[in-house]
Amino acid sequence: MTPADDILPAHAYGASRYPRFIPVGDVALSVEFGDAIAAEIHAQVVALERALAAAEVPGIVETAPSYRSLLVCYEPAEISFGALLDALRGLLGEAGDPLHLPARRWSVPVLYGGGVGFDLDEAARRLGLTPEALIAQHASAEYTVYFLAFAPGLPNLGGLPPALHLPRRLQPRRQIPAGSVVMAGGQAAVMSLPMPSGWHVLGQTPARPYDPARAEPFLFRPGDVIRFRPIGSDEFARLEARRVRGEAVIVPDALPPDPGADGAVT
Amino acid sequence: MTGAQLLAIEPTPFVTVQDSGRRGWMRFGVSRAGAMDFAAMAAANILVGNPPDVPVLEFAHAAGIWRLAGADCRIAVTGGTFGCRAGGRLLPPWHSATLGDGEVLQIGGATDAVWGYLALAGGIALPRQLGSLSTHLRSGIGGLGGRMLRAGDALPLAAPRRPAGPDLALAPPIRRTGPLRVVLGPQDDYFTPESIETFLGREFRLSPQFDRLGYRLTGPELHHAKGFNIVSDGVVPGCIQVPGDCQPIVLMRDCQPPGGYPKIATVITADLGRLAQSRAGTPLRFRQVSLAEAQLARRRMVEGMAELPGRVMVLLGK
Repeated sequence: MTPADDILPAHAYGASRYPRFIPVGDVALSVEFGDAIAAEIHAQVVALERALAAAEVPGIVETAPSYRSLLVCYEPAEISFGALLDALRGLLGEAGDPLHLPARRWSVPVLYGGGVGFDLDEAARRLGLTPEALIAQHASAEYTVYFLAFAPGLPNLGGLPPALHLPRRLQPRRQIPAGSVVMAGGQAAVMSLPMPSGWHVLGQTPARPYDPARAEPFLFRPGDVIRFRPIGSDEFARLEARRVRGEAVIVPDALPPDPGADGAVT
Repeated sequence: MTGAQLLAIEPTPFVTVQDSGRRGWMRFGVSRAGAMDFAAMAAANILVGNPPDVPVLEFAHAAGIWRLAGADCRIAVTGGTFGCRAGGRLLPPWHSATLGDGEVLQIGGATDAVWGYLALAGGIALPRQLGSLSTHLRSGIGGLGGRMLRAGDALPLAAPRRPAGPDLALAPPIRRTGPLRVVLGPQDDYFTPESIETFLGREFRLSPQFDRLGYRLTGPELHHAKGFNIVSDGVVPGCIQVPGDCQPIVLMRDCQPPGGYPKIATVITADLGRLAQSRAGTPLRFRQVSLAEAQLARRRMVEGMAELPGRVMVLLGK
């Protein structure tokens, strides 16, 4: 098969033929691993992104993971579509078990309810739970950072327990603060900037997913694993004070090297 | 830092600092942003003796009234035939000119473009954020406080210069006409074959709803074959997404992955500047090209921009 034969538009693929390699204009391509939000599909996205960064393929400008696909931006003057496909196929062939990649793990402290988790009681009522039961469920789950999007460093988390799936609020709020710990539908997130949102605000973390003044502006990376830890107002105040002093509020428990962490994949 | 500044006296809305954009941070949820018309930005910079991707001021339709303070500086306005005045002088667009210390610059409207560029010799002295000065309004990143410039702002100039030589000019670019070239996909399979035919065969119009994020089009309805909810995935500028109202939106420089609607096709990079400069009401058609043709067009665009310095005309007798 010559490289030119590989270039198929989406409609030429069968519904179940994954992975698919679909051009997104002349400087990007999407590697699709499925058509659903699922941990095993997303794990393949993260595995390919890491393998691609480690392989240092020339001509790759940057990559962006989402639920079920990896967007690969490239410079066609430096790498042809065919050569890029060959490189991607090679990396997919070599990849180990994507579900068992080493991941950085975070424990994210959260002050639930009260003045900072203003939707906790109503969300609990709509779910038929006590606020305490909602907190217990939310803090017992393990979440994966699917991707960062909608605002700089905003982690979109998979792993919300089905008992907490709740449609978004009918009336979006004009602005919710950075650090808000939120959920809507089957998804969970931590707000990185103050922004309008229809998601349910369960509480607040003193940690900031995005801080342009920090040496590493972005706290989380795609593929990181997060647990939420309920804290009281005393600890919240202590951690807030650390943040205000410019000190780290939380650190991950393991730091495998991430070749894309400095923002340059190549 | 020189202490010299460009003061915003009565700026129009939508004036932002832009350069060629931010690369490498998309995986952290950061848009690339960058000039809507790269070629016009490059031309403005070359006319004032800057490298082509030095940060400039980008404006929409007109820029309003500005004043230079603390130095003389060579400037140039490109993008369209914007009516510019300084003191009693008319400053032709696509020409360099020298502003004196304290002189007022007025940049009025153009009929042949949307986005204009004001380059200042020596550039702008603001700190880069994540490798770029491009302003992304939704993220509050870049430029001056991550926002549009407003009256009272003072933009610090890096190294204002008043070169001794004559002023320079570039012929306004002859923008390609004819259909916008697209590569189908990445979700062309979400549309009925009739809709693909409609998309490639019929005429659309640019609606007045446009900004740096996207351009909304009106025209015949494009029907989805299997609903309009996809699992959100990556987007780049040029992606044409079709939400539930069956009317296409072309995503532009400030777009952020992921996008939640099916994307029928993607405008090729060589035609993005031309689309950006099309005004509301402009009729548009689309033509499918192969990936090879799209990438050849990109190579020609890059070569054309590399040739800009050689096309500069020296204005003698000025």
